[in-house]
Amino acid sequence: MKQFDYVRPATVTEAVAAAAQPGAVFLAAGTNLLDLMKGGVSRPDRLVDVTHLDGLDGIETLADGSLRIGALVRNADLAHDAEFARSYPAVAEALLSGASAQLRNAATVGGNLLQRTRCAYFYDTASRCNKRAPGSGCDARDGENRSHAVLGWSESCIATHPSDFCVPLVALDAIVEIEGRGGRREIALVELHRLPGDAPDRESVLEPGDLIVAVRLPPAARGFAAHARYLKVRERTSYAFAVVSAAAALRIENGRIAEARLALGGVAAKPWRARAAEDVLKGVAPIADAFQKAARRALEGAKPSGDNAFKIELARRIVVRALTLAAAGTPARIPALPASPFASTSGALHV
Amino acid sequence: MSELILTSAPAHLRHGSNIGQPLTRRDGILKVTGQATYAADNHPPGMLFAVIATASIARGRVVSLDVAAAKRHPGVVDVMTPEHKPPLAIDPEIKTNPFVFRMEVLQSNDIRYANQAIAVVIAETLEAATEGAALLAPAYEVQPALVGFDAGESFAPPVVGVGNPTESHRGDVEAGLAAADKQIDATYETPPQYHNAMEPHAIVARWEGDKLFLDTPSQAMVMARGRVAELFGLAPEKIHIRSPFLGGGFGSKGFLTGPQILGVMAAKLVGKPVKLVLRREQMYGPVGHRAPTRQRLRLGTDGEGRLTALDHRARTVSSTFDDFYEPAADASHTLYAAPAIRTSHDAVRVNTGTPLFMRAPGEATGSIALESAIDEMASACGMDPLAFRLKNYAEVEPMTGRPFSSKALRACYEQGAARFGWAKRPLQPRQMRDDAGLLVGWGMGTATFPALMFQAEARAAIRRDGSGVMEIGAHDMGQGAWTALAQIAADSVGLDIDRLDFKSGTSDLPDAGIAGGSAHTATAGAAIHSAGAAVIAKLADLATSDERSPLFGAGNAGVIAREGRLIRRDDESRSESYAEILARAGVAEIEARGTGAPNPAAMEQYAMHAHGAVFAEVKVDPELGQVRLTRMVGAFAAGRIVNPRMVQSQLFGGMIWGLSFALHEEAITDRRSGRIMNANLGEYHIPVNADVPPLDVITVEEHDPHVNALGIKGVGEIGITGSAGAVANAVWHATGVRVRRFPIRIEELLVPS
Repeated sequence: MKQFDYVRPATVTEAVAAAAQPGAVFLAAGTNLLDLMKGGVSRPDRLVDVTHLDGLDGIETLADGSLRIGALVRNADLAHDAEFARSYPAVAEALLSGASAQLRNAATVGGNLLQRTRCAYFYDTASRCNKRAPGSGCDARDGENRSHAVLGWSESCIATHPSDFCVPLVALDAIVEIEGRGGRREIALVELHRLPGDAPDRESVLEPGDLIVAVRLPPAARGFAAHARYLKVRERTSYAFAVVSAAAALRIENGRIAEARLALGGVAAKPWRARAAEDVLKGVAPIADAFQKAARRALEGAKPSGDNAFKIELARRIVVRALTLAAAGTPARIPALPASPFASTSGALHV
Repeated sequence: MSELILTSAPAHLRHGSNIGQPLTRRDGILKVTGQATYAADNHPPGMLFAVIATASIARGRVVSLDVAAAKRHPGVVDVMTPEHKPPLAIDPEIKTNPFVFRMEVLQSNDIRYANQAIAVVIAETLEAATEGAALLAPAYEVQPALVGFDAGESFAPPVVGVGNPTESHRGDVEAGLAAADKQIDATYETPPQYHNAMEPHAIVARWEGDKLFLDTPSQAMVMARGRVAELFGLAPEKIHIRSPFLGGGFGSKGFLTGPQILGVMAAKLVGKPVKLVLRREQMYGPVGHRAPTRQRLRLGTDGEGRLTALDHRARTVSSTFDDFYEPAADASHTLYAAPAIRTSHDAVRVNTGTPLFMRAPGEATGSIALESAIDEMASACGMDPLAFRLKNYAEVEPMTGRPFSSKALRACYEQGAARFGWAKRPLQPRQMRDDAGLLVGWGMGTATFPALMFQAEARAAIRRDGSGVMEIGAHDMGQGAWTALAQIAADSVGLDIDRLDFKSGTSDLPDAGIAGGSAHTATAGAAIHSAGAAVIAKLADLATSDERSPLFGAGNAGVIAREGRLIRRDDESRSESYAEILARAGVAEIEARGTGAPNPAAMEQYAMHAHGAVFAEVKVDPELGQVRLTRMVGAFAAGRIVNPRMVQSQLFGGMIWGLSFALHEEAITDRRSGRIMNANLGEYHIPVNADVPPLDVITVEEHDPHVNALGIKGVGEIGITGSAGAVANAVWHATGVRVRRFPIRIEELLVPS
């Protein structure tokens, strides 16, 4: 592994300054970064350890009803926060469907947002990858790509963003608070990640030194608590990334959908908010026909990037199912197999 | 490694015998407290660390390495390359016997598969060696990689598996098919799979003059010692191997691999002890794997559902430089009573490490195809799959006509089906749903694995204090040899297990042969049994020929050994303890040797196989295609069960592997580069806990007087067979979709809704 400097700043301001240097990256739990470094995929000159910074690990309700989640809150701590799980059940379900218990105990909120793609060609340093080595080409494009993107991809890159957590967050209009060299600013999470275009190495809109300090859910996000689900199809029951996933959240008034939120995971280089599908659902009864129509709309423009045409049809079906589950109502408890099609299997044990 | 302290705690029940008791692992406390010394846990003084640099291309040659850059890195001691390495006594390409496989030990700059070793960096720390290896920055001359079944011309190999004929037949298959009332013709594909033992291949090598000390996991220490001896020109007795614990082997530790030999070479090069441990991704290449197969099965039946013909042709791959051919079609030799059977194999050569034995080699790949085809044939006949199997039950071995030494498969079918509730299964697929609307399917498969015997020796002794010793260089891969073999040993000398010093796991002990072929307990157990009987016979000679003994005149056949005493068979009031006999004779210790070996006469006369029946229930999401196993029952008849707890555990492991085979496992090879793209445990999927429902194992009583003196058939591999097919057949029964490419993928089940 390449030699690197390790610094542990005492304040957020120092952290931003330290990370603004070329070749510097932030280190939180390192559940993704350290693997990348050991594999020679990431070769930073400097690690800026933010795990000791004060004030980034709280979960607090603000005066306006927003919820503010510190960037260093652990995935497991957030998912198991009873008040959080009650108010944003789809987010808790998504968190618990990710990785393994051990990883969830370590991984942080900020790190989850910035985890890298799981494209095997990105990890294989002998392969061409425009994300890892800009301009080198994309070996995934004609390679083993059944799990790759069907939305928003380019000839330069067909990788997907692997996060579960981000999918319900973008559906719920989450906001990212960023501390940068120019001070504090905030952007919508849906604006954080970039589609590959011709520069897939630029994965987010963050500038050098920018530190995510918190994620905020606006007051309206609580309004979906009664009808919110996350659904994730994967190739084993646990400890696998999504083949395709979806977060669906509905606000139902007088038997009609007053407002719908829908986002897809595993289909694009960013968590994919399906606003056009949401529009289809506004004001209609929560019935199968409407969900089918929304699903078709959500996947409009989708096209295979390789041996993955099935993901388009699968995504449609997941949208229909997620909306159906959401319409049926959030379960009183997070299912034993969170986000799984087998969530309702009786006698299932927690994983 | 300090002296092993094994424990029999918690105390177990005994009813006059050690064999048959469900003892917990005697090495369990050591393992759960971290005291069990695995190979890589050894750190002799002055030890250096070696790290392999591997090829990122699958075919071509290395044209340059930046050795200077690696050597400049702080802590790097030396860099071993084809130009700078200690000489070997023989060319590693020479196959001195059929159990020698070619390995890459820097004999040239040629590259024949991705992940092949191209250099070894030796350093004072693991980190320095790792970085040194990264700094080598190899440049290659690249040739197009040969990848997949269509990489080149296929050919018929001379033999498949271990000396099996490539083609076998009995009766006229074409005539049988032509005369059939119904036929099926189906092609199944299985992917390359990698052993992925939890413990990576590791070696700590230490030279002391012309003596060599090795800590390395091995399923066959004496064979490994022989390979090291010939490669380094040493007398075997100069080499001492310790392999007390393996973190799994599954066949990948049956032969010493190139990386292990590189560790020995590195230690020789630098004149210090060296440790070399493979990284996970480096295990995808030089340590063997299960070859992919493409199998075509043609079956025909008469109007009553009796098979008229069974034709099983398998294509597989081997490496470009050596020969191992997965004997998949041979799975059709033993199970179903077709009057005409033909099995044949062909192969293509690809740029891969040589495929080798992986848990149930041939049997596992062949079984999932055969059991799927049987299921398809039963369906074509409109018959229940169990009724169809019973209709075609083989009373004698179909391929040879030999009677079975024992075969309790009918009881397996009956007991397994009863426990599972098979009788309620609807004949047609896609008939069952659970409360949540998930499709439910039930499938079954027949399990079988040959009951093999290899060669082994053991030494038994009785000491002056009345305690016993049993010595055998056996191998505990995690299967429980420390426990099960000690149970056999204790019974063989008529002692409680805690009065016996059971020594095992090093190469200086008598040769226990190979821990493979599900034959270790049977073979090593037979040697132990025979050594124990021999030392008791000597002891009895001492006693019965001594007029001062209460056993005087009883004769050899007239005494039995029990609880540390010899007892007159016809008068149990007359007995004497071992200690008393030896004390009077003035002997400190009495010893004898024994052997375990196949019985050629019995093998000629009988077909010897373990059998089983596996029943599986899966649930499938009807729209989303995700599959989950929800129940599995396996009933197995495998002769005498030495330790029911260990046996159940072995069978659980096999059944989970079967689940893995059907639904999860697959090495994904880039079709252009020949590199494996998921060479890690995150992306090479095996079942996690949430994939494995409570499993139910039934061991069906079976007495076999022919297989060996103890009647043991072995349980290490049979659990995979039958299980994979049962899961696949359950997926069909749930969905009505017959998937013939494994593992079964979500997209195959996304039928129009």
